[in-house]
Amino acid sequence: MMEDKQSAGPCASTTKPVVADVHKKITAAFTAFDYESNNTVDVREIGTIIYSLGCFPTQADLHDIIAEVEEDNTGFIALDKFLPVMTKVLLEHKFPPIPEDQLLQAFEVLDKEKKGYLVPEVLTHYLTQEGELFTQEEMDEMLTAFTDHQKNLVYYKDLISQLAADPGI
Amino acid sequence: MPPARWKILETDDTVKSPSPALTMKAAVLIQRWYRRYMARLEMRRRYTWNIFQSIEYAGEQDQLQLSSFFSFMLDNFTQLTGNGSDLISQLLDPVVDPWLDREICYNLIPVPESYTGPRLSFPLSVSDTNALLSAFKEQQTLHARYVLQLLYETKKLLKQMPNIIHLSTSYTNEITICGDLHGRLDDLLLIFYKNGLPSAETPYVFNGDFVDRGKKSMEVVSLLFAYLLLYPDYMHLNRGNHEDHIMNLRYGFTKEVMQKYKTHGREILQLFQDVFSLLPVATVIDGKILIVHGGISDQTDLDFLSSIERHKVKSALRFPRRSLEQLDIGHSCKRMRSTAGSRPSSHSKNQLSMPYTINVLQVPYLDSLSSVPPPPPPPQHDREWRQVVDILWSDPKPQEGCSPNTFRGGGCYFGPDVTRRLLLRHGLQLLIRSHECKQEGYEFCHGGQVITIFSASNYYEEGSNRGAYIKVGRELVPRFYQYQVSRTTRKLTLTQRVRVAEGSALKALKEKLFTHRSELLSSLQQYDQNNTGCVSVSDWAQAFESVLRLDLPWRTLRPHLARLAPDGSVDYQSCFEDMEPGIPLAQVTPNMAETLFRYRTDIEIIFNIIDKDHSGLISIEEFRHTWRLFSAHLGVDVDDRAVDDLARSIDFNKDGSIDFTEFLEAFRVVHKLDNKEQLNGKTAGGKCS
Repeated sequence: MMEDKQSAGPCASTTKPVVADVHKKITAAFTAFDYESNNTVDVREIGTIIYSLGCFPTQADLHDIIAEVEEDNTGFIALDKFLPVMTKVLLEHKFPPIPEDQLLQAFEVLDKEKKGYLVPEVLTHYLTQEGELFTQEEMDEMLTAFTDHQKNLVYYKDLISQLAADPGI
Repeated sequence: MPPARWKILETDDTVKSPSPALTMKAAVLIQRWYRRYMARLEMRRRYTWNIFQSIEYAGEQDQLQLSSFFSFMLDNFTQLTGNGSDLISQLLDPVVDPWLDREICYNLIPVPESYTGPRLSFPLSVSDTNALLSAFKEQQTLHARYVLQLLYETKKLLKQMPNIIHLSTSYTNEITICGDLHGRLDDLLLIFYKNGLPSAETPYVFNGDFVDRGKKSMEVVSLLFAYLLLYPDYMHLNRGNHEDHIMNLRYGFTKEVMQKYKTHGREILQLFQDVFSLLPVATVIDGKILIVHGGISDQTDLDFLSSIERHKVKSALRFPRRSLEQLDIGHSCKRMRSTAGSRPSSHSKNQLSMPYTINVLQVPYLDSLSSVPPPPPPPQHDREWRQVVDILWSDPKPQEGCSPNTFRGGGCYFGPDVTRRLLLRHGLQLLIRSHECKQEGYEFCHGGQVITIFSASNYYEEGSNRGAYIKVGRELVPRFYQYQVSRTTRKLTLTQRVRVAEGSALKALKEKLFTHRSELLSSLQQYDQNNTGCVSVSDWAQAFESVLRLDLPWRTLRPHLARLAPDGSVDYQSCFEDMEPGIPLAQVTPNMAETLFRYRTDIEIIFNIIDKDHSGLISIEEFRHTWRLFSAHLGVDVDDRAVDDLARSIDFNKDGSIDFTEFLEAFRVVHKLDNKEQLNGKTAGGKCS
């Protein structure tokens, strides 16, 4: 990643977001999934698109947005419907990022004894039975990636730093 | 209900359980974070994919350029000095050496006692194919004598086969259909391991592109031909666009053969040429499923295709003369923007005072003038060429209609209506093709009437895609089996795989930037009239898109390619600071350097052709001559004296010959970061080719 030069003056970096720029950003993310080059995407990709634009919606939030923009149960979403809705979301900072320390607190709720780790079965139980349930596939992927395979434990502080270190696109 | 053993934990009074509401909140938070992370990972995977595909397609556009150059050279060969022309004409329009049609071509070759590889005995038996499998797994090379014999026998067999093979599921179990392998032995071995070796119970169709790009094309193709000889009723091979000696020159198979077979490489390649052109072009299962490598066009006629002499189409890239007109190199299509003069098109004027005419499309023929529109109906051999090329090179597209595939340089983009019509016309229900890499190894399109099947996993880079094969039984419903070869013993997580693939893609992309530096800079400077060194992100994206003509999400990629200035604009010089030339040569002007960088692969091929005895050396005169021709063809302004200076300076031994490998090393783009990482003892991530 190339490191941007630090901003010099007090107001140097806070440029007012120009709507045109926002439109371009949204369009670029959208077209990455527009496989048929006809300005539509499969509704199942909308979550990925919205997340990649820097937002942190819950599944419920996503369902609301989809309900607003989906083309009458066709399973597709058109750019011209998506663009104004998403622009509003970005300009109003509707789903702001959750700070890392809140994520740590969340894990500590589950790790009552503050051992610093969770047993995979416990984590699986919480994430597949509570909240906005993980699918088996999501759970498997998370465990494969983040379990310390020698000790068979999930050290969640490592997990958090990985999730947070993901470079901005 | 939590499992029983937790009940024990919960009754432990020293720890207070959180409220259910808090637990739920915590779970939602974690899920949200994780989903966001995975989504962004998926986004990175997508654009990495875009980069690889765009560069691959752009590379094939280069192939068109090279082919037209070959045609041009051949058509003007009387003006070339002695050696070069014979070589070129022999390689491009070969006359089959009659020697190779007789058994003497192989049985006079002695096999030394010291050779520990497989000794094949014909007709082949299962022990021979098993021996080949073990030998190749242990990195052994098959002796040239057996290679030649294998090819000789394969040629004999293929001569008896029709252009279109008809198979039936009623006598067999399911038929397995595999796509592109591109010299990936590991993938072939994995398929054989998962699915079984070819036999009466396990018949196979391999849908072309067995060679090029991968490093084990010889081994892959030897195995396929051996099984073909062993079980001609249960093993079926379709020709792909890479079963073509001119493609092999560029994409690695020729090089691999010459490296593995220093004495007999030439003969082996000549025999391959014949064998490739004799491969059937299509397979039909139960009269319902059509299998071809590329696709179809609105001109495809299976009855006509059955009747032609397929072996006459030796290479798709040796265009029948009249067809050259129909190819408009500057034509814009889905992925290209119209040339803004950045790449010399066929219409560029000769900017140098060269004695040659360079405009390929107007080279006068002996028998007719090329520039007479509209052309009369093409003669027989053109039609045959076109039918075969369409089958081997076409790609499906979502929109209706049929348009020339100028990107690939041959074949068409065919729409769902073309598919529908062809299937209807011949009573078919499905078209299975390969030719394009797909992330999951397979993909449906045209409302389920077309399947793309691709069997080389990790094609662009480790983790880039899965491979797949199809099994189809009497009910004619395809079933898909996916796999992915893992090169490392340590299992990579998705994150790691994405990171590696991404690193490789970005490297390849940066090389493109470097080799187009002067055009990019001049385009950027148009947006930066005050010479501040910065442009807005939009202008930056616009400049890159118009010069490189790669359909990529430039704004998304910007953080990897360029730095921002404090005011949020792009410091565009930062795009080029990561790379440098291999060995700086003082005599090379910037313009020349860029051309050399950009066309390095093509120049290498030309040198290889001229270097008759594969010594790695060519004479200064040949170098000078070739270089001038090539740059004249490209329309690049090159000073005669600069070429002479260059030639003299790289003749390090002052003996009148040039070691072109050394020369080309100087024009390999070196990534500075690689050097730094190597110094620090880390290994650079990902290969770049």
